[in-house]
Amino acid sequence: MFVLGALVWAAMPAAAQKKPVAKAKPAAKPAAAGIPAASLALGKTLYAQNCLSCHQADGGGVDRMNAPLTQTTWVLGDKTPLVKVLLNGMQGVEIDGERYANVMPAFDYLTDQQIADVLTYVRNSFGNKATAVKAAEVKVVRAANKK
Amino acid sequence: MKSATSRYLLLSTAVVGSLSLFALKNEYKIVADADNAGLKLPAGFGALKVADTGTRARHITVTPQGTIFVKLNRPTKEGQGILQLREGGTGKATVVAGFGNYGGTGIYSTKDYLYASSDEEVFRYKLNAKGEVTNPTQPEKVITGLLNRQQHESKSITLDQAGNIYVNVGAYANSCQVKDRQKGSMGRPNCPILDSAGGIWQFRADKLNQTYGDGTRYATGLRNVVGLDWNAQSNQLFVMQHGRDQLHDNFPELYDSKESAELPAECLYALNKGDNAGWPYTYFDPAKNKIMVSPEYGGDGKKVSTGSYLAPAMAYPAHTAPNALLFYTGTMFPEKYRNGAFIAFHGSWNRAPEPQKGYYVVFQPFKNGKPAGPYEVFADNFAGTPEKANAGRPDHKPCGLAQGTDGSLYVTDDKQGSIYRIVYAKK
Ligand code: HEC
Repeated sequence: MFVLGALVWAAMPAAAQKKPVAKAKPAAKPAAAGIPAASLALGKTLYAQNCLSCHQADGGGVDRMNAPLTQTTWVLGDKTPLVKVLLNGMQGVEIDGERYANVMPAFDYLTDQQIADVLTYVRNSFGNKATAVKAAEVKVVRAANKK
Repeated sequence: MKSATSRYLLLSTAVVGSLSLFALKNEYKIVADADNAGLKLPAGFGALKVADTGTRARHITVTPQGTIFVKLNRPTKEGQGILQLREGGTGKATVVAGFGNYGGTGIYSTKDYLYASSDEEVFRYKLNAKGEVTNPTQPEKVITGLLNRQQHESKSITLDQAGNIYVNVGAYANSCQVKDRQKGSMGRPNCPILDSAGGIWQFRADKLNQTYGDGTRYATGLRNVVGLDWNAQSNQLFVMQHGRDQLHDNFPELYDSKESAELPAECLYALNKGDNAGWPYTYFDPAKNKIMVSPEYGGDGKKVSTGSYLAPAMAYPAHTAPNALLFYTGTMFPEKYRNGAFIAFHGSWNRAPEPQKGYYVVFQPFKNGKPAGPYEVFADNFAGTPEKANAGRPDHKPCGLAQGTDGSLYVTDDKQGSIYRIVYAKK
């Protein structure tokens, strides 16, 4: 009934929540097979600058305000709608049975590479595991997104 | 927890095992939980969990006859958006009825009526002599057609003593930007949101089917008010505003994330008809003690506003989300609490990456109908531990306040649906 991700993370000390990728292997090695380490590192910085204040350090979001990025169908699912969330923003959409009151602004001013990096980071942090997003893929979605 | 218990035992008048008994009028004994329901309270106070409802319990009211009604953020599976509770002999309560198939926040009772709000409408239900709702499926619609665009959707309500009802209509934006919450987006000139939101509207409490046209925009320039109450001493409406978010996110060259965590203050306003509290054009900087120009409207973090906006009556830490305001008129608590205000701070999210804050109930002393002196944290540790509070992962989030017929203080939690009751041990 409540946000499961939030409950799981609530059990962890604050310090651990600050560095979700720290659980992955040392920096030199890629965090998961096929996930470029450079993209993850850049994505982490972009997340801190653009997303953390709403989605929080642990990606758990805020009850009924800001959606969690932990194991959601959007984060782990098809990349096209996911990229579109960043290009167009999002409001009033029910996510996995829950509604969120806040507004997700559009991040269309980020470059294709930046969107790819931050989404690659999100898809491989906070307990998520999914394939990387490539700048070329963002480019295709952006071109089709133009009205 | 242990120290709270032992301190409590020392102070209580009657001790049975590890439980403290509050003897009230002899016939009715309220038993504080051994651990004070996990709360940290001033000496002499105790707390019990009245009920664990497992719901999103928003605001709460206790009728003069002692019936407890709780408004839920969304209805239960059975379609109950309002819960009616009855207490047993020790203060523990059970849900005895549920009705009103709509989510919302506001709830308020008089001797004769229960008022409750969805996010668009205000209803009222006739109460019988026992303080029970007799027509749960046929409420009267008092107000209809209020704006709900998801953001700041709660319609909190309170009544004055002259038959008027006050409703908050929150602004559906952070700061009236051309593109809401987007980095660098500037403010819309002559913010059009203020026509129908971003303020408090006054209606008649006994007229039905009122829309905007029947009401008065009582005060404007208030971004979002969830906690409001009528002060009978000064005969005045007081409201707590949720201040704007994201100064650093949207204007990183003007505010660093530390400044953004402390700006702006959450403000208490003493309203008179026609007042303008300045949103979105201004915000209140508590360190400078000045009303500042918002960056969306040409501010730079230093520019002081020259507009004639209402100054706050008191300021509290930024982003801590005051969700309920209650003037205490009971006699159970010591004299200093009488006619002062309790404020439930739901807790922050927009202080990240700095530690989060709130998840407590504050007491604000008042004198002659005006705030007097610094506030104090009255009931703390709804979060469970300081670490959970800092991480923004609290166990409970205080959201609603009500005064019991005996002068005890009820607090709701909309995270797990716990209902607390705070009592004082009379010496
Ligand atoms: C102002 C707050 C805010 C900011 C900043 C923000 N988001 Fe969101 N985000 C939201 C809200 C609110 C929703 C849910 C919107 C809805 O339900 O319609 C959301 C939804 C999402 C979703 C889809 C739903 C889900 O939970 O899986 C993704 C993915 C997402 N955000 C990623 C990001 C990323 C990446 C960033 C940074 C580049 C970001 N967000 C910045 C508030 C924000």
